[in-house]
Amino acid sequence: MKAHRRKRLSVILFVAAGLSVAVGLTLYALSQNIDLFYTPTQVAQGEVNAGQRIRIGGMVREGSVQSAADSLAVRFVATDYANDVPIYHEGILPDLFREGQGIVVEGSLDNAGVFQASRVLAKHDENYMSPEVKAALDAVGTAPEGAATRPGT
Amino acid sequence: MIPELGSFSLILALCLSALLGSLPIAGAHYNNPVWISMARPLTAGVFVFLGLAISALAYAFITDDFSVSFVAQHSNTLLPMRYKFTAVWGGHEGSFLLWTFMLAGWMLSVGVFSKSMPEEFVARVLGVLGILIFGYILFMLATSNPFDRIVPLPPADGADLNSALQDIGFILHPPTLYMGYVGFSVVFAFAIAALLSGRMDAAWARWSRPWANVAWAVLTVGIALGSWWAYYELGWGGWWAWDPVENPPMITWLFGTALIHSLAVTEKRGMFKSWTVLLAILAFSGSLLGTFITRSGLLTSVHAFASDPSRGFFILGILGISIGGSLLLFALRAPLMKGSFGFEYTSREFFLLVNNVILVVSAASIFLGTLFPMVYQAVTDDLISIGPPYFNTIFVPLMMLLFVFVGIGPLSRWKQTSWTYLAAQLGKVLFASLLVGLIFPLIVLSKFSVAATITLILASWIVFAIGKDISNKVANKRSTLRGLKSLSLSYYGMVLAHIGIAVMLIGAALTSFFSQERSVLLSPGESVELGSYLFTLEGSGRIEGPNYIGDEAELTVVNDGELLTVLHPQRRLYVASGTPSTEMAIDAGFFRDLFVTLGEEKGAGAWSMTLYVKPFVRWIWLGAIFMAFGGTLAAGDKRYRRLRIKAAENSGRGSRTQTAAELQPA
Repeated sequence: MKAHRRKRLSVILFVAAGLSVAVGLTLYALSQNIDLFYTPTQVAQGEVNAGQRIRIGGMVREGSVQSAADSLAVRFVATDYANDVPIYHEGILPDLFREGQGIVVEGSLDNAGVFQASRVLAKHDENYMSPEVKAALDAVGTAPEGAATRPGT
Repeated sequence: MIPELGSFSLILALCLSALLGSLPIAGAHYNNPVWISMARPLTAGVFVFLGLAISALAYAFITDDFSVSFVAQHSNTLLPMRYKFTAVWGGHEGSFLLWTFMLAGWMLSVGVFSKSMPEEFVARVLGVLGILIFGYILFMLATSNPFDRIVPLPPADGADLNSALQDIGFILHPPTLYMGYVGFSVVFAFAIAALLSGRMDAAWARWSRPWANVAWAVLTVGIALGSWWAYYELGWGGWWAWDPVENPPMITWLFGTALIHSLAVTEKRGMFKSWTVLLAILAFSGSLLGTFITRSGLLTSVHAFASDPSRGFFILGILGISIGGSLLLFALRAPLMKGSFGFEYTSREFFLLVNNVILVVSAASIFLGTLFPMVYQAVTDDLISIGPPYFNTIFVPLMMLLFVFVGIGPLSRWKQTSWTYLAAQLGKVLFASLLVGLIFPLIVLSKFSVAATITLILASWIVFAIGKDISNKVANKRSTLRGLKSLSLSYYGMVLAHIGIAVMLIGAALTSFFSQERSVLLSPGESVELGSYLFTLEGSGRIEGPNYIGDEAELTVVNDGELLTVLHPQRRLYVASGTPSTEMAIDAGFFRDLFVTLGEEKGAGAWSMTLYVKPFVRWIWLGAIFMAFGGTLAAGDKRYRRLRIKAAENSGRGSRTQTAAELQPA
C-alpha cells in the first residue's frame, strides 16, 4: 500500500472510530433521558410505576386548583375527562395556567398516587392546545367542543 | 385593493423566479450569453416584487385592515405602532413572506457583489437560488397566502398580537435569525453551482468564504438574540433550553462553523473539497429543517406555528427535493473531484479536520435528540420527550474537547508542525491557563468547583494560545505596532471569534455553576436574602398600558448596607386577547444580573415571586457579539477585495487589447 493511501485509510479509521464512540455515547445518553408521555387514563390504569420520570398531559379540572396561602405550593387535578390525576407542585405557575386549560406536567408519581410535578407547562396562546394534550383527550374521546388546534404563534 | 396588489406581486415574483430558475442555468450549460445575462435583472425583479408584497402586508397592518385574515389574527387597533409594523412576522404566513424576502435580499447582494466571478458561474448560483425561491413562493401561494381575505364579514377588531411577542426581542430576533439562516442558502447555491460546473478550485472557495462568514456571523447574532430574549421574557431564568425549535438553528450553526473552517483548508490548501461541499449542503439542510419543524406543527414548543398537515407535506416536499437532489448531485459529481492528501498528523489541516469531526458529531447528536421523539411517535404511537439532560450529556463534553483544539489550531502550521515545536509553544500556555483556572475561582468567587475550574482553564487556554500566536507573528517585525498592522483582517477576525468562544464559555460556566435562585412569598415590608443581596418588597399597585392592564410590585435591593437598585416586576393582562403575561425586572450588570419574576398575589398585598442572582450571564451574549464581529471582519479581508480589483483590471485590459486589435487593420 502506498504511503498516502495508508495515511488516508488511517484518517478514515480515525474518523470512523470517533464517530462510533460518539454514536455509542449518544444512544446511551438517549436511553437514559427519555421521558415517556402518559394520559391520565393510562396513569389511572396503573401503567406508571411510582418514581418513574414521566410527562402527563391533560386539562386542569375546573374548581380543582387549591393554592396555599403562605407558600408557593399548589394542588390541582389533571384530567382527560375520563380519569383524574392529583398534581402537587411547588413554584410559580406559568402565565397561562388556569382551570379548564390544557397543560403538560413533568415529574413522577409518589407512593400515595399524587403526581409530584417538577415543571408545569402551558401554552402561550389560550386557544391553542398542544398536540400532546390533544392526543391525551383524543385517546379517551372527550375533547370538548371547539378545542381543536388552531393557528397560533 | 392593496392586499390584492400584494397577492399579485407574489404571483409576478413566482413567474420571474420560474424564469430565473431555468434560463440562466440552461444558458450556462449551453453557453448562451443572452440567457446568462438574464440572471441579474430577473433577480432584481424577484426582489422588487417580493418587496412590494411585504410592503403591502405592512400597509394592511398599519391601516388596521382586518378584512385580511392574517392581520385580523395578529393585530389589534390598540396595538402600538411598532408592533403593528413588526406583526408582519408575528405568524406563520407573514414570517414566511419575510423569510422569502430575506432570500431575495441575499440574492440581490450576490448579483451586486459578484463582479469578480465568471458570468456563467453567477448565472448558476442565482439560478439555483431562483429554483429555491420559486419553491418558497409557490408554497406561500398554495398553502399560506398572507393576503387571504375574510369574506363576507370581516371582524371589527383583531385578535391582537400574542402578548409574549410584544417586545423588542420580537422586533430583532426573527429577522436576524432568518437572515442568518437564509444566508446559508447562498453558500449552498455556490456549492451546487460548483458541482454543476465541475469547477471546484481554490477560487470557488475564495468566492464562497465571505458569504459563509457573513451568514455565520448573522446567524450567531440571531441565535444570541433569541437566547437573550428567552432569558428575560420567558422568565425561567435560563438562557438555553434545548427546545426542539432552538435546536435546528444550533445544528445549522454547528455545520456552518465546520464549513467556515473547512473552506479555509479548501482555499489555502485545495483539500477537503467534497467535504466542504457536503458541509454546505448540510448547513442549508439544517436551515430547512428549522422551517419544517416550526411550521409543520410536529412539535410542541413556544415557537411552534399551527399544525396544518398540507403545509407540513409541502415543506417536506421542498425539503426532500432540495436535500435529496443536492445529495444525488453530490454523489454523482464528488468522485470527480481530486483532492490531494499531503499533510501530517500535527498539521493545521489535521487539527481542522478534528474540529470538523467534533462539530459534525455534535450537530448530528442534537439532530438525533430533536427528531427521535417524532420518529418514535411515528413508529410506536407513544409520545416521548427528550429533555435537556440528554443534550448536556452529549454536547458539553464534546465542546470541552473542541476547545482543547481551538487552542492548538492557530499555533499549528500548514502541512507539518513538529511535535517539539508544538510542545514548546503550548507548554507555557498550558502552565498559565492551569494557574488561572486553579487560582481565579478561589480568589474571586471564594469557592472551588471542579467544573468551573475546568472551564476556566479551557477559556484561558484559548486566550493565551491566541496571545502566544500573535506575539510569535509580531516578534520578527521591527516594532510591535508595525507587526500588528501587518496582520490580515481575516486573522484578526479569527482572533476575535476565538476570544468570543472563551468569553462565552466563562459566562456559560459561571452562570450555570454559581447562579442562585429562590422562590418566595413576600408581604409588603418583608425582606429576603439571596447571596449578598437583600430584596425587600416595598409594595404593589395597579398599572395601565396602551393595550394591557396589570399589577406592578416594587422591590428594593440592598448590598452591603447600600441601596443598589429598585426593581419593578409586572404581571400584565392583555385586554384584547385576554392573555396574561409576566414582565421580569432585571438589573443587568457586567458581572452579575439580578432578576425578579412576579408570580401571583396571595391576598393582602403579598406576592409569590422568584429571585435570581446570575453571575457573568451577560458574557454569553458578549461572546456571541465577539464571534459575529470576528466573522464579519474576516469577510472584509483585503484579499477578497484585491481579487475583485484584479479581475476588473483584467477585464479592462481585455477590452483595451480588443480595441487595439480592431484599430490595427484600419
